[in-house]
Amino acid sequence: MPHEYKSFAYNPPPGLRTPEPRHGVVIVGAGPVGLAMALDLAHRGIASVLLDEGDRVATGSRAICWSRRSLEILDRLGVADKVLDIGTPWQVGRTCYGDQEVFTEDFGRDPGDRMPPFVNIQQYFIEEFLVDAVLDHPLIDLRFKNRVIDVEAGTEAATLSIKTPDGPYMLEADYLLACDGARSTVRATMDLEFEGEMFEERFLVADIEMEADFPPERWFWFDPSFHDGQSALLHRQAGNVYRLDLHLGRDANAKQEVRPEKVIPRIEQVVGPDFELDWVSVYTFQCRRLARFVHGRVIFLGDAAHVVAPFGSRGGNGGLRDVDNLGWKLAAVLQGRAPETLLESYDRERVQSADENLTQAIRATRFMTPRPGVEQLFRDQVLALAGKAEFARPWVNPGRFSQPTVYRTDAPDDRLLPALSRPGAVAPDAPQGSGWLMQALGAEARLVAFNCDPPAGLEVPKLRAEVNETVRRRYLGRADRALYLIRPDQVVAARWVAAEPKAVSAALRALWEGRE
Amino acid sequence: MTLITTPNLDGHDAFMAELLDAHRGLSEAESQALNAQLILILANHVGDLDVLREALALAGQK
Ligand SMILES: Cc1cc2nc3c(=O)[nH]c(=O)nc-3n(C[C@H](O)[C@H](O)[C@H](O)COP(=O)(O)OP(=O)(O)OC[C@H]3O[C@@H](n4cnc5c(N)ncnc54)[C@H](O)[C@@H]3O)c2cc1C
Repeated sequence: MPHEYKSFAYNPPPGLRTPEPRHGVVIVGAGPVGLAMALDLAHRGIASVLLDEGDRVATGSRAICWSRRSLEILDRLGVADKVLDIGTPWQVGRTCYGDQEVFTEDFGRDPGDRMPPFVNIQQYFIEEFLVDAVLDHPLIDLRFKNRVIDVEAGTEAATLSIKTPDGPYMLEADYLLACDGARSTVRATMDLEFEGEMFEERFLVADIEMEADFPPERWFWFDPSFHDGQSALLHRQAGNVYRLDLHLGRDANAKQEVRPEKVIPRIEQVVGPDFELDWVSVYTFQCRRLARFVHGRVIFLGDAAHVVAPFGSRGGNGGLRDVDNLGWKLAAVLQGRAPETLLESYDRERVQSADENLTQAIRATRFMTPRPGVEQLFRDQVLALAGKAEFARPWVNPGRFSQPTVYRTDAPDDRLLPALSRPGAVAPDAPQGSGWLMQALGAEARLVAFNCDPPAGLEVPKLRAEVNETVRRRYLGRADRALYLIRPDQVVAARWVAAEPKAVSAALRALWEGRE
Repeated sequence: MTLITTPNLDGHDAFMAELLDAHRGLSEAESQALNAQLILILANHVGDLDVLREALALAGQK
C-alpha cells in the first residue's frame, strides 16, 4: 500500500490582518532541512517562523540513506529513536558487473559506536517525525500553504512577500534561512546563479513493496543482465519497501517511462511479478552549488545551496550537516554571545563540504554514465580488471558514501593524538558508563578532559570523561592524557596533551569568532 | 619519489617487441582495451599519485 500522506492544517497567519512585528528568524521550506533547522534553533532557545508552500511531506522515498552523523544529529533533535525503530540498518554494499560480484564494501560496526553506519528510511518518514516534533515545540510557528513569492534582502533585515489561500501578506526577519530546495524561490528572486554541471542521463526511481528475502544490503549492478540500461540499484528501506533505481540513458522519454504499461514490465525483469508499485519518477542529475551560502541576512542551506547526484547519499545528509553547522552559530549571534562574523565560518566550512560532495558525486556520475569514447573505455576496463585483479575492485565506483567533512583548521593539535579525532573532525562517539559520549557532549561547547583536570576559570562547561578501550583508541592514541575543546556541533575545535590555560582560552575565543 | 625520466628499463627493446606482439591480431577496440588495462595495472604498480601526475603531464606535453 502506498504511503498515506496526511494534510497538515493551514491556519490563516496573523500577518493577513495586521503587520507582524519583525521576527528573529524566518525559515523558508519545511523539507528535512528546514524542519531540522527550526528544531535545532528551538532547542537553543531561538524562536522561528517556518513557511512551506505545501501541506504534506515529500512524495516518494527520495533521500533514503541516512548516515551515522545524520542519526546523531537527529538524536540531538529527539527523533532518532523513531528512525531506528522502523528504519533498516545496513553496512554492506555489493557491486556486480553483469551477474558477477566484483566489489564488496563492508562499513562495519564498531562496538564503540552507538549508531549504525547507515539506516535506510524513506524521506517522508523523516519529515513526518520532524513535523511532529516541530508542531510540539512552542518556539516554532509552522505555517503550511504559505508560499514565498518575493524576497527583498536588506543589510539589517529581509522582507518576504507571501501568498496564502486567504491572500498575500508580508513578513520581516532579522535572518532569512532559505531551505526551499533545489528550485529555491529565494535563490531565484535574489538573482543568484547555481554553478556546476548538469547531466543528461535519465534514471527511473521507484518504490516497490514486496515480501522478499533480499538481505538489507545495497546491491548495485553495472550492465545488468536483467535491464537494458547501464546500471541498476536495489536497496531495502523501512517496511517491505524497496528502492529501485534504473539507468535509462539520455534519450528516454520521462512521461512514457512512468506509465504502468512501461514501468511494470521493467521492474518485473528485476524482481519478478510479485510486487506492488508505490511510487515512480524519472530524474536527471545535477552537481551544482551557489558560490556563497551567506548573503548578508539571507543564508542558504540544503538543496537550495547545493545539489548533488544521489548515489552516495549526499543530499539529505549534507543538508542536515548544514543545519548542524549553522544552528549554534546563529543562536550565539542572535543571543549576543558571538560576533556576526561567526556566520562567515558557516560559509567557509559548508562550501568546503559542498565541494567535497560535488567532487565525489561528479566522479561517481562519470563512472556510472561515461561519455562514449575514452571515458567508456576506461570505465569498462576497470570493471573487466575487477573480475581478475584485486587492486581494481575498489576502483569500481558505484557512489562513494557520505562521510562527514573534516573542516580545515589551524587549531592547536598534538601528534601523539589519533587522526580520527583531529581538529575539524566530528568528535567520535564512545561508550560512557551506561550512556554515550555524544549524549554527554550535548549541544554546548565543552572542554573534555581525559585522564586529567580541565583548567579552572574558563567560561565553558567541562566534562571529565571515563577512559575505556574505545576512548583510548579514539581520543588518546599514543598519549596517556588529553584535553579536547569541542564545539556545540560536536566538532573538535582544538586538543592538547599538556594544555596551557592561556592556549585553551585563546582556542575558546577562536571558536566563538569562527576562526579557521 | 619523482618520475624517472632517464633510462630505467634494461630490456626496453624486448618490452617494445612484446608490447607490439600483445597487440598483434587484435581489433582496434581490443587494442584500446589492452592499452587501457595496461595503464591501470601499471598505475597501481607505481602506487604514487604524484608520480602518476608527473607522468600524465609528460605524456600530455606537445
Ligand atoms: C526523485 C528524487 C530522488 C532523490 N533521491 C535521493 C537519494 O537517493 N539520496 C539522497 O541523499 N537524496 C536524494 N534526493 C534528494 C533529497 O530529496 C534532497 O537532497 C532533500 O530533500 C533536500 O532537502 P531540503 O530540505 O533541502 O529540500 P526539499 O526537501 O526540496 O524541501 C524544500 C521545501 O521547500 C518548500 N518550498 C519550495 N519553494 C517554496 C516557496 N517558494 N515558499 C515556501 N516553501 C517552499 C517545498 O514545499 C519543500 O517542502 C532525491 C530527490 C528527488 C527529487
